[in-house]
Amino acid sequence: MTKLGKTGPVTTRSLIAVTGKKGMRAGGNRRGDHQTQIKDPLVDRFFMIGVYILLTTFLLAVLLPLLYIVASSFSSPLAVSSGQVTFWPVDFTLEGYERALGDSQIMTGFLNSLIYTTVGTLISLTLTVAIAYPLSRKDLWGRGGLSLGVIFTMLFAGGIIPTYIVVQQLGLLDTRWALLLPQAVGVWQVIIAVVFFRSSIPDELYEAAQLDGASDLRFLWTIVLPLSKPLLAVIALMYAIFQWNSYFDALMYLRDPSLYPLQIVLRNVLILNQATPGMDAAAQIERQQLADLLKYSLIVISTVPVMLIYPFVARYFNKGIMLGSVKG
Amino acid sequence: MCSSPRRSEKDWSPVVMPVQGAAGPNVEGAARQVRLPPNAKGWRAAKRSFRRHWQLYLLIIPPVAYFIIFKYIPMTNAVIAFKDYNVVDGVWGSPWVGFEQFARFFDNPIFWTLLRNTFILSTYVVLVSFPMPIILALALNEVRSRFFQRTVQMVTYAPYFISTVVVVSMTILFLSPKLGLAGDVTSFFGMHAIDFLGDPDFFRHIYVATDVWQTTGYSAVIYLAALSAIDVSLYEAAKVDGASRFQRIMNVDLPGIMPTAMTILILSVGNVMAIGFEKAFLFQNSLNLSQSEIIPTYTYKVGLLNADFSQAAAIGLFNGVINLVLLLGVNAVSKRVTGTGLW
Repeated sequence: MTKLGKTGPVTTRSLIAVTGKKGMRAGGNRRGDHQTQIKDPLVDRFFMIGVYILLTTFLLAVLLPLLYIVASSFSSPLAVSSGQVTFWPVDFTLEGYERALGDSQIMTGFLNSLIYTTVGTLISLTLTVAIAYPLSRKDLWGRGGLSLGVIFTMLFAGGIIPTYIVVQQLGLLDTRWALLLPQAVGVWQVIIAVVFFRSSIPDELYEAAQLDGASDLRFLWTIVLPLSKPLLAVIALMYAIFQWNSYFDALMYLRDPSLYPLQIVLRNVLILNQATPGMDAAAQIERQQLADLLKYSLIVISTVPVMLIYPFVARYFNKGIMLGSVKG
Repeated sequence: MCSSPRRSEKDWSPVVMPVQGAAGPNVEGAARQVRLPPNAKGWRAAKRSFRRHWQLYLLIIPPVAYFIIFKYIPMTNAVIAFKDYNVVDGVWGSPWVGFEQFARFFDNPIFWTLLRNTFILSTYVVLVSFPMPIILALALNEVRSRFFQRTVQMVTYAPYFISTVVVVSMTILFLSPKLGLAGDVTSFFGMHAIDFLGDPDFFRHIYVATDVWQTTGYSAVIYLAALSAIDVSLYEAAKVDGASRFQRIMNVDLPGIMPTAMTILILSVGNVMAIGFEKAFLFQNSLNLSQSEIIPTYTYKVGLLNADFSQAAAIGLFNGVINLVLLLGVNAVSKRVTGTGLW
């Protein structure tokens, strides 16, 4: 006790510094800094300056490119192509967005991506729970072998061509199913779900439900799933973002432009520089400038849906990553 | 009446037994444990489990079918690497050719280029992308301002959600000599505009830089979790011993996150050959191909653009096997050296 009392200020300080939690507010800062000036050796103060410089560099390195894109997307075509835009819109205009949203190819892609994302996430989530929950149960016979069979697919895969042959033989080429099924279940998501079910659904609950005569499915539906909402949110979002952002499967399996997801359209417009049907004959300078502007607007449009949900789910996401880091 | 079946069910469960054994470490208890479960393993237990929990077995049918159809059948389809595949005869009807497809690949002058490109690129990625999140997490962990900490974390995390297509597009826009920021910077220093994307020497740097930009914040989260699990008394002890902040990081933080870091390193080294197809493919153009062509992109071109299925399957199999061997090897070395392994 006496020892603790003697090192009292040090304890609280280091505790705050270490965990960065414990009710630290912006207001509490100043006091902490004040103490630093008395307590911390000169070396540590220089060190902290270095830390702040480093973190600010990290912050700006991520933030500035994003700001540049957003600023450009709201600027006039001329300002964009003459390189006047930095981090604030020049000659504010919504022309790029009007063009992008008025383009039928882009809108088709956007709607397709919405379909793939919602339906794909539903399928993936259902299949993941359907395998993860039984795997989390001790009384499932053969679950050791089953887990091994699932995890092995993480270490070794047939390859893109052997998978392509399966998709071809099932007659899924050039159908929406080709984007929904072949990558439906992620091994990582299964592991996260198994660990979650095992650690947060107490055996006693199951025993009680069994005594009350509840079947396995009924128990899963009325007890386990409602208790697992955070997990379901994390996994659903992982799948949704994967679906929204993926383009390789579409590149391999789809030929029909009316089925293209947004990412394929983006690649055609942004990287391959293919003019969209709405803006043919890009020979004219004005057209070209507009095409450049359109790129910035497109980037924003395609990223906004994901970014909108990001702040709400960041916390859950962190939890999900941590769940996965626990060895099951 | 109700308790007896429940008990016998628990008794043969392999998970419960060692726990009970650990709780009562006397010999008598252990002996009773062994005697108690009669006919615990084997088909009787299986049959009982099937009868009691048929719903669970019903539930796993669709996902198991998924894994068989989309994961295991492709593995068997990989035999076309030893065949001369044609669509009419199918996977099993096509004629065997032994290792001819592999020989063709190894004799191809592009083989060594591909191997070198793939290996250098992914090693470069691992070397840079592995330490960056650790540095970020350690720095974040030192900061006392909660607001600043959260802001940096939120912002650096965000690029992880942006699609590869968009990241590549942004990079191309930035680096375009015509209207990008890079053009402004180079002209500011009085240099000629450089076509970064058309120069094969820049490909790897661009690839790694975008990789760091996109994943550092996300990967740091795991290390932050590991850091928050470190015993606070260790810091206090270090502080009492007069350790500076930097010394505390080196002697408390780093050892504390070592197991996590090793696991991640094993996984990334083990995946050295499985480097992502998407980004390299998107950055490719006819000018930088000499360094940007890697095994996955080449496989795609051979298989789907040239429709040479067997050759592509052979290349894919070659890559997959190297990858598996690397993963097992790194895991074994790590287990021996640091005591940390994946399993």
